[in-house]
Amino acid sequence: MPTSLRQSPGARVGLSIAVATGLYGISFGALSVASGLTVWQTQALSVLLFSGGSQFAFIGVIAGGGTPVAAASAAALLGIRNAVYGMQINVLLHPRGWRRLAAAQVTIDESLATSTGQTDPLEQRRGFWVAGVGIFVLWNLFTLVGSLAGDALGDPKQWGLDGAAVAAFLALLWPRLRSREAGAIAAACALATILSVPFVPPGVPILVAAVVAAAVGWFGYRAGPEGEGLEPDIDPYPGTDHTGRTAPS
Amino acid sequence: MTLWFWIVVACVVGFLTKLLGYLVPKKWLANPRVARVAGTLTIGLLASLTVANTVATGQQLVLDARLGALVAAAVALWLKAPFLAVVIVGAAAAAGLRLLGLP
Repeated sequence: MPTSLRQSPGARVGLSIAVATGLYGISFGALSVASGLTVWQTQALSVLLFSGGSQFAFIGVIAGGGTPVAAASAAALLGIRNAVYGMQINVLLHPRGWRRLAAAQVTIDESLATSTGQTDPLEQRRGFWVAGVGIFVLWNLFTLVGSLAGDALGDPKQWGLDGAAVAAFLALLWPRLRSREAGAIAAACALATILSVPFVPPGVPILVAAVVAAAVGWFGYRAGPEGEGLEPDIDPYPGTDHTGRTAPS
Repeated sequence: MTLWFWIVVACVVGFLTKLLGYLVPKKWLANPRVARVAGTLTIGLLASLTVANTVATGQQLVLDARLGALVAAAVALWLKAPFLAVVIVGAAAAAGLRLLGLP
């Protein structure tokens, strides 16, 4: 006898992670208009790109004076992990037809983590859809709130919004620095960025760092623990160990 | 208009990347090396974006109020503050340091 949706642990966790994640759409909306995008462009990113890291990457490159091409490249590279997540969700849920397209769009760190944190297949399914669709709705709503508020603020620097962007990127990076190797990769890429800033156009240092990170990942393969860098921004199951979470089960 | 064009490109590429996971044969992406590169890329790009947004102004390296925001955000994260609180702390630190006269 399956539990009702009201008592479903997967749906409950999905709902709470949707609220926590959706709320920080406010900061994306405000920072996006501060970086020079319009309210409509900001909303397009939240509806269509819908992947926090990639969205912040896009506006982060634009805010730093980078070209739209560099911004799109950074966003695309940060989205590669979603392909790995998609494969895992496909193994768990086998969505078909239009559900497969919908599942693909809401395949992000948090929906995967909510789903794979459950053991019962029904709860895995509920966790994925409640977290995925819940975050999609709230993230878009709060993006709009943030972009309208940011539009009304005026001078972004006076409000410290450039400092807010720095804090947002560090907060996205932080939960992924669980191992010594992850810290070393972050330090190497930070150094590569600083060294290349004076020599290449804005936005390109981020792509230089991506080459360094990919090389470390490819050639240093088997050096670190499994699933490194594939942690959600907000952990649906704080206090539990997710080692090996990225291995399809 | 160029900006709109690349926004659409980023969105299309982003969606196709997600969909790829559902379409390609399992063994492709099950390759642990691919999963590992996806993970190290995520760490490296976020680290780079953090640093670039802290010290880069165009092609110049500049130390200003943003460095204070980075330190304040790190402290907030260390104290396990939630995401939105960390962002507000970063903004407050940068705005506060500017009020004190820092660039």
